[in-house]
Amino acid sequence: MLRYIGWRIAQIFVTFFLFLTMVFLIFQAMPGDYTKQFIMNPKIPPEARQALAERLGLTGSVWDQYLHYVRNVFTGNLGVSFQHYPREVWDVIKERLPRTAVLFLVADLLAFALGYPLGKYIAWRRGRISDYVVTVTGVLFYTIFTPLLAIILLFVFSNVLGWFRSGGFLTPSLWLRPPVSPQTVFLLLTATICGLLGLWAGSHFLTRRIGHPRPRAWARRGLVALGLGLAGIAWGYSGIGSYAWDIVWHMFLPVLAVTLISFGGTMLLMRDSMLEVIREDYITTAKAKGLPEKVIRDKHAARTALLPTITNFTIGLGFIVSGGIVTETMFSWKGMGLTYLEAVLQQDFPLAMGCLTFTGILVLLLHLVVDVLYAFLDPRISY
Amino acid sequence: MLISERVKIEPLWKIRLRLALRSLRRNWALFWESRIGPLGLGIILFFVLLMIAHPILMATVWDSRVYDPIVGFDRALVGRHPAPPSWAHPLGTDPIGRDVLSQLMWSTRSEFALGVTSALITVVIGTLIGAICAYFGGVIDTIFMRLADLVMLFPFIALLMVLRSVIHLDLWRLALVMGILSGFGGITITLKAQALTVKVKPYIEAAKVAGGGAFHIIRHHIIPNIMPLSFLYMMFNVTGAVFTEAVLSYFGLLDIRMSWGIMIHTAESAGYLGAFGQYWWLWAPPGAAITLLCFAFYLVGRGLDTVVNPRLRKR
Repeated sequence: MLRYIGWRIAQIFVTFFLFLTMVFLIFQAMPGDYTKQFIMNPKIPPEARQALAERLGLTGSVWDQYLHYVRNVFTGNLGVSFQHYPREVWDVIKERLPRTAVLFLVADLLAFALGYPLGKYIAWRRGRISDYVVTVTGVLFYTIFTPLLAIILLFVFSNVLGWFRSGGFLTPSLWLRPPVSPQTVFLLLTATICGLLGLWAGSHFLTRRIGHPRPRAWARRGLVALGLGLAGIAWGYSGIGSYAWDIVWHMFLPVLAVTLISFGGTMLLMRDSMLEVIREDYITTAKAKGLPEKVIRDKHAARTALLPTITNFTIGLGFIVSGGIVTETMFSWKGMGLTYLEAVLQQDFPLAMGCLTFTGILVLLLHLVVDVLYAFLDPRISY
Repeated sequence: MLISERVKIEPLWKIRLRLALRSLRRNWALFWESRIGPLGLGIILFFVLLMIAHPILMATVWDSRVYDPIVGFDRALVGRHPAPPSWAHPLGTDPIGRDVLSQLMWSTRSEFALGVTSALITVVIGTLIGAICAYFGGVIDTIFMRLADLVMLFPFIALLMVLRSVIHLDLWRLALVMGILSGFGGITITLKAQALTVKVKPYIEAAKVAGGGAFHIIRHHIIPNIMPLSFLYMMFNVTGAVFTEAVLSYFGLLDIRMSWGIMIHTAESAGYLGAFGQYWWLWAPPGAAITLLCFAFYLVGRGLDTVVNPRLRKR
């Protein structure tokens, strides 16, 4: 398995270099000299432009610029953003990458948690009315025009019901004199979410010795509930709980939107893969043995059907990221997508280039995680 | 007496036609049985009707000075634009006094043109590359597969956002760029996998033994056998193209005179999107139209999937 993972990492490295080259070439093809952008802005002195041009190697030949670019990506020396002058591009990205990553992580996990059981269920009830209703609903959410979904969600949840704020990352009036910066709170939140996920994964490992499935499930749930409770208490007593809650509150609608647009993909893949599996002979055998339907569906069929679903999931990653750009813009969630769009519209090319590069890195990392997960789940990959 | 004199032998084309008709009927039955396919087809037909009705209405009932989708203006309602739906304007008017229904119907044509052109280009490229990669393998295969990985990785909309400052993107160029880009993407991997299963069939061996060249085999034996799958992917690509165009026009990044995305963009840039419920006719009809068209092509694709992929059929 280690060899498989090593091989995948090598492949992903090659893809990564191709990606860097492509991003570089696209920005090379841009007409004009991008250090001349924002020339009317008096806050950016000519010396700063000169310094930026030297840092990015813009004075040398194209090959020089390429080498500079690749080196800069690895050292985080991406230049200065014009829009947020005098902030470093890397500084902006460092602030916004976690926001996008958390949004995608939470939303995709939720989408999977929704799509996987639904796909399983409708494949089992193939041809019934519930199959058609759920399939059509899933396709509708999958193909819905993302801004329309955002408008509807905002209309329903913040105009009519008044439950959520209409967008943004936090409520400014609440953060007038915060004890810690929003970024710290957000990183702590991220750590909490990752910790809880780790606990959930670890609970499977810890409870594997318990023989009977039912107490095992209860022990798992108990562990997760304990973790949730502890996290809640820790946040409550930390004194910054209300600030964290404000961010979570703002995160709710974007997460809901990304979940809704992406669960359909998982569900339909799961349905198709499940339909192929339930024609296999071993399912017939299981039925002939007289096993309960639920056991055959959940234990025998769904686990085999899960593998192709995970493989196909990577194909949709680019689509999900594109959807993320739109979602972030609609809910003014200051992540990579929104930053990228603003940078492109304002022709702030150092920032746009940085955002595109790091979005690509994020997607590649996701790719790698899914591959490793696949290697863990598929016993055939052992080499 | 010879048999040929007694039994009148049918010409070959008639037999071929009959076979084609028979398989068409069988496939249609399968498509119909999928239920969701016909639903999508119905929605597409509805949009086709809208598309056809627009020039007719413009020629007969609608005055072109009032109802023109781009330069029309209703003087009777000056100062009251955007006006809510009324008998004269079934879906109201937009902030600069143009009829929303007319814009909606007029844009259908360009959406179809864009979606179908882009999907056709994608499918032609994807099928050719898939077949060639499967047949030759080796270096060509590796190059195109890595390229496909790269294209799949790229967030499409993000790429087009930058490309727009390099290329002047109008409707046809957008279709061309999208078609070519996605033609090198995931579709080649899927079609190559299908072509690989065709390549090991005995009739390919037979064709080789009979002296068929590589391109003869690819053109006459491999491509016809992966065509159904390509056709299926075409439907999904239409969805992708229409969606991408809508998002880009919604952000105001394209050089298109009128489209559903631009209608919402107009509403937003004039500041009418903030009060959601009050001016619903500005965003709901175009938004619903984009969603429905994408939805319909996706459903047709899913319906065709049950025809092409025997494993998805009823037990």
